[in-house]
Order: sequence, then C-alpha cells, then structure tokens
Amino acid sequence: MSTSDRPSPPRRVALFVTCLVDLFRPAVGFAAVKLLEDAGCTVEVPPLQVCCGQPAYNSGDRESTRAIAAQVIDAFEGFEAVVVPSGSCGGMLAHHYPGLFDDDPAMKARAEDLARRSHELMAFLVSVLGVETVTARYDGTVTYHDSCSGLRELGVKEQPRRLLTSVQGLRLREMATPEVCCGFGGTFCVKYPEISNAMVSEKTADIAATEADTLLAGDLGCLMNMAGKLQREGRQVRVRHVAEVLADMGNLAPIGEPEAKR
Amino acid sequence: MQSTAHDFKDNAGAALADRNLQESLATLKVGFSERRRQAAERLPEFEALRDRARDIKNHALANLDFYLEEFERKVTALGGHVHWAPTAGDARRIIGDLCKSVGARTVAKSKSMVAEEIALNEHLEALDIAPIETDLGEYIIQLRREPPSHIIAPAVHLTKDQVADTFLEHHTPLGFTKRLTERNDLVAEARHVLRQKFLDADVGLTGANFLVAETGSSMLVTNEGNADLSNTLPKMHIVLASIEKVIPTLEDAAVLLRVLARSATGQESSAYTTLNTGPRRDGDLDGPSAYHVVLLDNGRSSVLGTQMQDMLRCIRCGACMNHCPVYGAIGGHAYGWVYPGPIGAVLTPQLVGVEEAGDLPNASTFCGRCESVCPVRIPLPGLMRHWREREFERHLTPRAVRQGLALWSWLVRRPKLYRRVTQVANRLLSTFGRAEGRYHALPLASGWTRFRDFPAPPAGGTFHAQWVRHGGARIRP
Repeated sequence: MSTSDRPSPPRRVALFVTCLVDLFRPAVGFAAVKLLEDAGCTVEVPPLQVCCGQPAYNSGDRESTRAIAAQVIDAFEGFEAVVVPSGSCGGMLAHHYPGLFDDDPAMKARAEDLARRSHELMAFLVSVLGVETVTARYDGTVTYHDSCSGLRELGVKEQPRRLLTSVQGLRLREMATPEVCCGFGGTFCVKYPEISNAMVSEKTADIAATEADTLLAGDLGCLMNMAGKLQREGRQVRVRHVAEVLADMGNLAPIGEPEAKR
Repeated sequence: MQSTAHDFKDNAGAALADRNLQESLATLKVGFSERRRQAAERLPEFEALRDRARDIKNHALANLDFYLEEFERKVTALGGHVHWAPTAGDARRIIGDLCKSVGARTVAKSKSMVAEEIALNEHLEALDIAPIETDLGEYIIQLRREPPSHIIAPAVHLTKDQVADTFLEHHTPLGFTKRLTERNDLVAEARHVLRQKFLDADVGLTGANFLVAETGSSMLVTNEGNADLSNTLPKMHIVLASIEKVIPTLEDAAVLLRVLARSATGQESSAYTTLNTGPRRDGDLDGPSAYHVVLLDNGRSSVLGTQMQDMLRCIRCGACMNHCPVYGAIGGHAYGWVYPGPIGAVLTPQLVGVEEAGDLPNASTFCGRCESVCPVRIPLPGLMRHWREREFERHLTPRAVRQGLALWSWLVRRPKLYRRVTQVANRLLSTFGRAEGRYHALPLASGWTRFRDFPAPPAGGTFHAQWVRHGGARIRP
C-alpha cells in the first residue's frame, strides 16, 4: 500500500511513557518523542498518566486494575493516537482493557475506543505512519529480541528490523530463538527467581552466540532483565532500547553501565 | 496420583538441579517446536483448520449432554456397554469390577492420561491385578515407578543412558543381560518383553483421543501400534475416557486428527489411527468379545458454562508444553500432578483444587507461546489469569504480595504523590548506583539481584520530571 492510499494518519499523538521508562530509562521516552516528531507528529505527554496496571492485572487483582485502567482512559481521552514504547504495556491498552469492563457498557465503550487508538511505537511508526527510514548511525553488530506481548499480541516483528536496516553502520545478526521469552514476566521474575534465572540464562547464551556487541529490544522490562544477567555473567554486550538507536541516541551509556564523567 | 503441586517451588528447584533432566530438556525444546513449525508451514490451510477444530470442540461442548447420550446409544446398539463415572473413585471401582468379572490377572494398558488421573495402576495392584503399560515411554516409567512427565512423551525427562540402566536392571531376570546403548536395540528388547505380556493379558485398557457420537466409535492414535494389540488380543476391551472427548462425527474427527499430529510431533498423521466400534461381531477375525466404555467426569461438567470452559477443548497434543519456556526449564514432574505445562496449570487447579495447585497458574510469564500454537486455540494465559483472580478473591495470594500490591496500587491512583515518590526513588537509585551504573545487591529486590545486576537510572531525574523541567520541549542529548 502506498502512502497516498491511507487515510491521513494521526498527527496529534499522546505518549504513554510507561512507569519503567519514567523511572529507569527516561531516554527511551525522549527517543520516542524524537521519532514521532521526525515523522511529523505533535507529541503530548498527558501529566496524569502513571502505569497501565499490569502488575495488578497479572496478580489477579481485577478491582485495582479496573481503577487504574479508568484513570488511564481518562488521561488519554481525546488524542488521535496513544503511542507506547513497550509491547507489553501497549498490549495491555490495546487488548486487555475492554475485557475489564464487561459489566459496564459505558466504560467498555471508552476502553474499546482507547484500544483502537493505542499503538506500540515501532508498529505505529512503520505500519500506521508509513515510516521507512530513520536518520541515525550506530557502529556495531546488534541482535534483536522479540518481546512476547509485542510479538504475539501486537504483531511487532518486522517493523523494528525494517527501521534498523536504515541505520548507518549497523549490522543485524539474529539469535537462534529471538522469539523465546527472556524470563522477565513482570512479577514472575521475583516470584519464581530460579525459573526466571534458568530462562534468562538460556537467552543470554543465545545472545552471546551471535557475537553481537549490542542487544536491542522494544520493552524495558525485558531489557533490564537481560542486561542484568549479561552483566552478572561478565559478558561485554551493550543493551539498549531499539528506539534509542533509531533516534540516533546510541551514544548514551547503555542500560546498567556508568555514564561518562562530565 | 497423589498431587505434589503444593511443593511446586521445591519441585522446580530440584528439577533445575537435575543434570539428566536438563540434558533431556535441551533436546526436547528444539526438536518438538521445530517439527511442529515445519509441519504447519507445509499445510497452507493449517490456521484455518485450527479455527475449525476450535469450532468443532466448542459445538460439542455446548451440546455435550446430547452427544454423550448419542454416543451411549450407539455403543449399546453395537453390543457394548457405557459406564458413567462421576468421580475418579467411581471409575476405579467400575474398572476393578469389570476386571474381576473375567478373573483378570493382567491388564494390558495402552497410554491413557485419564488412567493416571484416577490412579488406576495403584488400584489394580491393590486388587492383585498386574497393569502392564505397553506404550514404550509408559513402560519405561512404570519400571522406574515414576509418573509421566509429558502427556504424549511420558519418559521424555530421561536420557538414553538412564533407560539403558533401567532395562538392564529389570530385564536381566528375563535373560537379557547385556547393557544396550543403541536406541533401536532398546526398542527391540522392550518389544520382545512386551509381546508375551500382550498375549497373556486378560483385559486390554486404552484411553481415547476422540469418542465419535455418530458411530459410537472410540478413536485412538499411537506411533507404536501398542493400542491395537491392547484392544484386539484380550477378550475384554475397556475404553477409559473423559466426557469432553466426545465429538459429533467422523468428519469432525478428520479435522481434529489433521491438527493433532502436526501440533504434537510435527507428523502429518500418527503412525496408527484406530477406531474401535463395539465388540467383535460374527465373522470378525479378531477383537474382544466384551467392550466397555467408562466415561469419567471428575469435575469437568462443573466447568461447563463458566469462563473456564475453554480448557475442555484440549485434545492433549502437548504443543503447549513443548513450546513453554517454563516447562522447558523445569520439565513435567515439577508441576506435581498428571498434566504439566500450560494446560496443566489450567486443568490441575480445577481437578485437584486451587488451594493445592495455586502456584501453577502463577508460574508463567504470560509469554503467550502456548496459545499461539494450541491447535484448538485455548486462551491459556487468559485462563491462568482467571485462576490468579480466583486466588486473589479468595485471599490465597501470599500476604506479602497482597500487601505490596495494595500499597502500590494506592500510590498509582494518586499520580501527583506517585511522581514525588518516584522522583525520590529515582534520585536515590541514580546517585548510589552512579559509579558502577548498576547494583549487585538491593534491599527488597533480592529475588532479582540473586541472579542478575539491577541497572541504576542515569542522572537527571524521571522522564516526567525532565519533561516538565524543559517545558515539554524535546531534549537533544
């Protein structure tokens, strides 16, 4: 489909920062803003946003989840599109919110409306806005981990790879099993630490086997998990969110590495 | 089978430390999923067939009473007998009585997970009747007195060396004194030992993959042909199946068979597909003179009409466990009961109680790979989440988790306070982690830092603090 066949894409978009990016890796949020602005969007960051509610949702606390979801629905009312630099939180908004309000038709309608407007960042750039290239340089060999929710709930697979091919100096070398879970799973990784450790150890072995110097993915939770394990194992792999590299912010200190003294 | 699902965490820890098990799992993880992928790719209509398979099972479940009674009518008209077993105890008693009625000394069993579910072997042994497992994997674990660790590959947790040792130990008294090392030799020896047992058996007991209402047939697929010997040689054939196995027609069975073998082993079709339709008729060359079907409920009917009903679509292919990274890490025994992996995490709380098996639906990252390969599209992560919700409602969730969650969600619902708290947390973590960029240990996060470092946030504050500070302007690093 050529760009002219599309209905005009949303231009006024809201960024759902996600709580992990807010707290641990703000650069991902700024990278997302840059990528969206470069694609012609006006980006706003609604101030009353916090978390999508997954910790409660995946722990079986439906009532808290509903309250948090209602808050998110309020915060993002009126934006043409809501863009999330995370497949996991994006999947929560785009797939799981409506089911929380099966007994409340008015809220369900609002949840469905938000679901229709919600997009994961990579999918939004490529599949909705039709972005094909970025202006960025990254000298290195990278490997890309497909985070589970982005891959299986939102179909994020080719979009980040397509954009990465336009990054100058970057070579992509695939893992044997890029689609296998890294063992993060939100609270899973602290509720079942031994099992999570076995899973992430297998993932880091797969990463190391590619001999890539950089690991990229689209979800900060998975990235922190894999970075932490790679570093504990003493492996020299730099870990970054894919948006940082695409936004030409590949000179920042990688996740879990000290910043250069100013 | 006695459940040890309440010991899930200890079971999992032991499994992770078991070198033989880890060696076996390493091959399983690659083999099954790769073969399934290739089989699905070779069949262009595979995804459409999954939809049809789902719809067939949904229709059968929505009309379960009708099709079960239709099945019973057909079996009875053919000269067979149908027995309704509301509980595991009822099924054991019915089968024990049937065996006693023909003075059975040995029962040749073809693989049946439902027989494991009702702990049939222990019951038969108590009645002085010897159950002989005739599926190779089941036979191996019977010799070792272990439960199956996988629903279609019961001995998948064992290495070839372990099987060699087991055979040497148990077959030496039968005159097989050489320790075999080749796979084919091991199979040949088991075949030799089992052949005589088939001939000696008084009763053959099989499970069923499907019960076909239209014809009154029970349908069974195997790759070893052992089911055919179990149901043709002995004078009595007992089929033990749970109620959700019934489907309307042979046409439906054809659809389900096409997705079953591909999902299970990547085969286009299992080596043997057998239909048993009543006892031996006049003029038949072989077959049992008595044919009985025991239909087990054991809690399944209580799932009908609830949000959990989808679990009853399962056709027991094992694809969910073959693709599950948690199963791949710990194997089947850690789940503590008959059904492991994602389907076990959903079925076991239903069949043995969520108090007993509460860990199982929690021990998942919700990666969704199981749902993405399920031939009947069971929303396994969604069903696991339903269990978590029931646990939360019934205060079965651990207290520390509940309290942490309550505090966190209270804070999340106060965005302005949340901002202040997270700004402090961000500053502390960034300041004390600045030198190394990460933490090797952190209070309250030992579950994380036991195995991995924890990244420190860079200096500069939270995203929202920076966004506000710069008046919403873009920051160029």
